[in-house]
Amino acid sequence: MKLFRLLGRSIRDAFKSVFRNFSLSLASISSVTITLLIVAISMVLSYNIENISTLIKKDFSIVVFVENSATNDEVKTIEKKIKNMDNIDSCVYENKEQVAEAWKKSSDTFKVIIESWDKNENPLADTFSIKVKNIENIKETAEQIKKIEKVSLVRYGEGIIEQLLSVLEVIEKFLIGMVIALILVTIFLVSNTIKITIFSRRKEIEIMRLVGASNSNIRMPFVIEGLFLGFLGSVVPILATIYGYSALYNFVHLDNISPFLQLAAPTPFIYIISLILLLIGTIVGMFGSAGSVRKYLKI
Amino acid sequence: MELIRIKDLEKKYKTGVTAIYDFDLKVKKGDFIFVIGASGSGKSTLIRMLYREEKPTKGSIIIGGVDVAKLRNRKVYKLRRKLGIVFQDFKLLPKLTVYENVAFALEILGLPRDEIRKKSMNALNLVGLKNKAKNYPDQLSGGEQQRVAIARAIVNDPKLLLCDEPTGNLDPETSWEIMQVLEEINKLGTTIIMATHDKEMVNRMKKRVILIDAGRLKQDYAKGTYTHEIV
Repeated sequence: MKLFRLLGRSIRDAFKSVFRNFSLSLASISSVTITLLIVAISMVLSYNIENISTLIKKDFSIVVFVENSATNDEVKTIEKKIKNMDNIDSCVYENKEQVAEAWKKSSDTFKVIIESWDKNENPLADTFSIKVKNIENIKETAEQIKKIEKVSLVRYGEGIIEQLLSVLEVIEKFLIGMVIALILVTIFLVSNTIKITIFSRRKEIEIMRLVGASNSNIRMPFVIEGLFLGFLGSVVPILATIYGYSALYNFVHLDNISPFLQLAAPTPFIYIISLILLLIGTIVGMFGSAGSVRKYLKI
Repeated sequence: MELIRIKDLEKKYKTGVTAIYDFDLKVKKGDFIFVIGASGSGKSTLIRMLYREEKPTKGSIIIGGVDVAKLRNRKVYKLRRKLGIVFQDFKLLPKLTVYENVAFALEILGLPRDEIRKKSMNALNLVGLKNKAKNYPDQLSGGEQQRVAIARAIVNDPKLLLCDEPTGNLDPETSWEIMQVLEEINKLGTTIIMATHDKEMVNRMKKRVILIDAGRLKQDYAKGTYTHEIV
């Protein structure tokens, strides 16, 4: 009962103090807001780049050409062997007639050329188009397939794919590093602002001590106030993420330029980011003020 | 009945200054004691040790059976809840009303609201400021602010009230009013120890007077007047 009364009073005092020290509260809230906005933007950015790189990776495939001398049974054996490998996501077989049809459809030039062939003269090969599960191991998988009998050629975009992968990796690492750095900056900025706010209230803390407030008596309203300020500070960034990103997603269509340039779907992504922002705001607020008050307590 | 017993007390600051040494004192329940002495004689240090803002380097201060000198920082609040303190600069919170300033000392104890209300209004009534409960400290005169501080100090019915030059910022007439309030509180049974400079007032009150000179207890006058020249 007593504990609830104390908690209730701490909450009431925290609210009162937010309004009575309004300019200081506003300073804390806006520093939380600004840094969290930047964090939100960088999270959105890195998630989208991640998304684009996944789309690009998904598009890579291994093309396997089968020797012309292979019989139907041998083709089936090859297919079986490929499908038994670890890294295989899908494996589609097309015989040379199907390949020719596909090529005809893809361009008029090819159409004219292919139609000039005799029926039995098709120089194309039977092929397997293979998607792998893990793009990093595409090289090993390709080598394995090469060893299968009656496989003449294996192509997977050698050279380009390695370069692209390393570029994407660098970008991803950079963005993750940036998000972490920004979160650290947020923690630093917010706890510093709170430190200044509390510095201006050290007299209050001193008086609390003199009239017999225990350390937890003193700390509690400040911690609740920190939580409250952090919460208020994260409201704008959260709204900006939810509405801003949804609007961006609806109005910007980069996939006209390239099929890979797609914005990631807003849900549940924006809600996850909102939750992260809320947690950063409140936790940093709480611990920032708890840590700053500690300096003025005699422990 | 003995409320305070100070034995062999010594306080040496880290700077090497010895503020108090060889100090022994007994205080009975219900006493009203003036502690006088020149600036820097150690009277403030003594008061500050009594509410354990300073920790003695030697000796013991036993208040109501507890050795305050051995109290750990984290436990100091237990002592503070049993005594009231009044300062020269009032130490009121400017953003709280008079009532809130007084009630503050009870709220941290987790008392029920009705009880807080009753006790706070009683304390304000005792110092004659019931009608200013809703004002803020800066709307009051110095004497009134000090009376609020006294109300806050006594709201929890402490056995002991410590005053560190409570009239130092006030004119003689207002000081005298404050003394009347303190006298009233003393009559209700609270022991009062007050450090002061005000020689005239001390002589007028005719209470026990302790003279500290250069960190030592120099004189202990049972009743009232003292003749020593102090600066």
